[in-house]
Amino acid sequence: MLNNQGRPTTPAAANESAARPRKTFTGNSGLQQEEALLFETGRADVSGVDIDEPEVFTSRLGALERKTPLDLPGFSEPEAVRHYVRLSQKNYSIDAGLYPLGSCTMKHNPRLNEKMARLPGFGDIHPLQPQSTVQGALDLIAELERWLIELTGMQSVAMSPKAGAHGEACGMMAIKAAIEARGEGKTRNVVLVPDSAHGTNPATAALIGYSVRAIPAREDGTVSADAVRSALGPDVAAIMLTNPNTCGLFEKEIAEIAKAIHEAGAYFYCDGANFNAIMGKVRPGDLGIDAMHINLHKTFSTPHGGGGPGAGPVVLSKALSPFAPLPVFSKSGGINKINENAGEFAGSGHHPFGRMTAFHGQMGMYVRALSYMLSHGADGLKQAAEDAVLNANYVRACLADVMSLPFGNRPCMHEALFDDKWLKDTGVTTLDFAKAMIDEGYHPMTMYFPLVVHGAMLIEPTESESLASLDLFIMTLRDLAFGVKRGETDRFTQAPRLAPRQRLDETLAARQPILRWTKPEPVSEAAE
Amino acid sequence: MRYLPLTPDDRSLMLARIGVADIDALFADVPREKLNRGLPELPLRKSELEVERILSRMAAKNTAAASVPFFVGAGAYKHHVPASVDHLIQRSEFLTSYTPYQPEITQGTLQMLFEFQTQVANLTGMEVANASMYDGSTGCAEAVLMAHRLTKRNKAVLSGGLHPHYAEVVRTISHMASDEVTTLPPDVLAREDLLNEIDETTSCVVVQSPDVFGNLRDLKPISDKCHANGALLIAVFTEAVSLGIVESSGAMDADIVVGEGQSIGNPLTFGGPYVGLFATRQKYVRQMPGRLAGQTRDAQGKRGFVLTLSTREQHIRREKATSNICTNSGLCALAFSIHMTLLGETGLRKLARVNHANAVKLADRLTGAGIEVLNKSFFNEFTIRVKGDAASIVEKLAGEGILAGVPVSRLLPGAGCDDLIIVANTEVNTDEDRAALVSALKGGK
Repeated sequence: MLNNQGRPTTPAAANESAARPRKTFTGNSGLQQEEALLFETGRADVSGVDIDEPEVFTSRLGALERKTPLDLPGFSEPEAVRHYVRLSQKNYSIDAGLYPLGSCTMKHNPRLNEKMARLPGFGDIHPLQPQSTVQGALDLIAELERWLIELTGMQSVAMSPKAGAHGEACGMMAIKAAIEARGEGKTRNVVLVPDSAHGTNPATAALIGYSVRAIPAREDGTVSADAVRSALGPDVAAIMLTNPNTCGLFEKEIAEIAKAIHEAGAYFYCDGANFNAIMGKVRPGDLGIDAMHINLHKTFSTPHGGGGPGAGPVVLSKALSPFAPLPVFSKSGGINKINENAGEFAGSGHHPFGRMTAFHGQMGMYVRALSYMLSHGADGLKQAAEDAVLNANYVRACLADVMSLPFGNRPCMHEALFDDKWLKDTGVTTLDFAKAMIDEGYHPMTMYFPLVVHGAMLIEPTESESLASLDLFIMTLRDLAFGVKRGETDRFTQAPRLAPRQRLDETLAARQPILRWTKPEPVSEAAE
Repeated sequence: MRYLPLTPDDRSLMLARIGVADIDALFADVPREKLNRGLPELPLRKSELEVERILSRMAAKNTAAASVPFFVGAGAYKHHVPASVDHLIQRSEFLTSYTPYQPEITQGTLQMLFEFQTQVANLTGMEVANASMYDGSTGCAEAVLMAHRLTKRNKAVLSGGLHPHYAEVVRTISHMASDEVTTLPPDVLAREDLLNEIDETTSCVVVQSPDVFGNLRDLKPISDKCHANGALLIAVFTEAVSLGIVESSGAMDADIVVGEGQSIGNPLTFGGPYVGLFATRQKYVRQMPGRLAGQTRDAQGKRGFVLTLSTREQHIRREKATSNICTNSGLCALAFSIHMTLLGETGLRKLARVNHANAVKLADRLTGAGIEVLNKSFFNEFTIRVKGDAASIVEKLAGEGILAGVPVSRLLPGAGCDDLIIVANTEVNTDEDRAALVSALKGGK
């Protein structure tokens, strides 16, 4: 979660006076090793897997045997291991340090989860093997469904969406199906989306054929029920609202908004990206929500893996449950069943709106999420939400005197939002400040998001940080803030200087896209 | 709780520093009557040992693929994955890193994605590939939407050989977006007349090869007819290993190639997470969904990589974005890329040849035993006709400890295919496995 709109995307030329690392013969710098592309060092005739040619080979490929070259270089195993270990060493990770990306919930990923997901009974089963041979897997899915339903106070859950945005699409499709079933498919074609919403919300609404009506945020960063009421009409299908919202605040008029939405015949989609702040504290179902996706990779600790895979099950209200997509899991007489074809629902009152994905969803993530839930228990999950909120407020309280808060010094939920008023006329931007954090050994916070706050800096420490870790982080940010005030501009505008790369030219990358490796032109002899 | 570092003393001290009396003062905006209502139905915290015991018990109730003669495919395949793949993807710096939005400290992920994109482009015979989709089926639906944007038409034609789940995913989004879809009836012998469906209103034709029944399809006549009518050909595969030996869709002039990459580097895991591969022509890149890593240089002139062309994406374009996608399948893409690097073209070609040779061996044995193999061509999977109800036979064989394949009726109920089984055979199957299957089917026929 990060926005790069309105920020400089081309670095200034490196300042010669800035400390530059001493040049080495290899280009390496101690433990920081340069690594070529595998296409530059791999060889076509090398393989790290021993496979014998088949003894007999008769082709049944028809006329379709491959004639075009593969151009896929190989590595022996030691070369491959070294290549990927060296690459890994150029990455920041939650395992290495505090990762305060607001709205992304970079919490600790317990290794027990990894171990459980790799049990052969979960990792080595096929989605289409007979259902009688996967009853334990279906037990696990049923148990995870139960936890999600209890935690959210909703009626049912559609498990299959592959990520948060996919879950949004699923929830909105259920809403559209419900509206069509009412015979209002033609007339209700508008979705209300607050300005502060994550970009996936309007993109999802547009994807399924809705037009978007923006709701302006109030001075205090929340959405007012009055603004919603005045945007409502017979053409509105739904509202998509994030709660806690992207400013890190709980929408205090949420129950009133839900009431207004329902009175107007529309549905309430809640973006559950920030569920980590409220799990075990308050249930979305008690607030009048009709559908909400849950990012298992945020709230329930499944690893982000450099940008995925995620998992985005969607909890549904009683009104929307009959429209949940295939597959639907059920149990009767002690036998679990995957209902995976629409024909199986004839006469049941269930009208699945379709299918989000092949097979049954992100089983590997389900195992990890349930492992996390069982470990915490109801008491531990509530404590985790409280600690996440406590940690964010501690950061807010300890930085409020040196940085600026767009909505005043009031409690936040699990993330603290600052703006760039305090940077005005210093020659340092939000981007510069963020990049200076890299030199101090931190991943930057989410910046320039939400869009409604100028130069936004959104800090989400999560419950995984100790007090000592938070104190060092706070002292570091205070030192940087004082550095800004003292006019140490180079420390920011030239940052990062100590990372594997200095600032990268994003404008160049977009203007002349190089999206794959290609063989360099052979150097002609005349040129030598 | 072992994952929570704060102690009760820490919490008191922090509340005091914040200046509130108790934790619920920080939840002041939550309606009072809704706060802390408890979760009486859920258990309390458990030790690692207890959690492991509960989950292991559930896992033990399932039949793992490696424990039996295993011939189940139809969109997901059991292959051997080298031990180093799973070790490397569990390195903290890959496993617990976020989307590479700060390129200076995520060059590892970015360079890997750039390499992955190149591997996928070469494998599919296309010019460019993105940094992965959720899986093959969602990639397929995104490809159809992309074709609609490019052609400014909205009618897709789906081959009857397209995996029925993929077709259903496409139909679902198309219905929601009010786009048209024509799906040809399934035909195990691949005799459908796709050419006849293509006219100047067609946006795209979606053809899978090997198709869901295992048949290889010549895409060239279809791409020719598409292009003569201003339509695009979307080529789909669900078995990436096939590309080691089967002609690439790019060479047959496909415009968009999407596929499931699970076969390379990723375990079966009951259907997910997998990794969607997505490739197209350079000239279409600005309409491509999903993330893209691109090459650039840093302030000192050193080569580096960034996420690029993000003006297509939802966080910039909002409702005008090419797709609502935010996440990709990064770690599964990494597993794919590592396994592909270990194989190299030499290893991939050999792996594909072994798969094909094993499948041919099985087909011959089945035919020899009087069981009808319906395919004229195939890679490592084909369809057989049994005497009786295929689903019951597969269930009966499961009881005997043989996972024989996928009854077509599971994917296409009511389509008159109740006596067909899709049988996959990869490098993991031994002669003993094949003998067991043939003898069990013979006994059951």
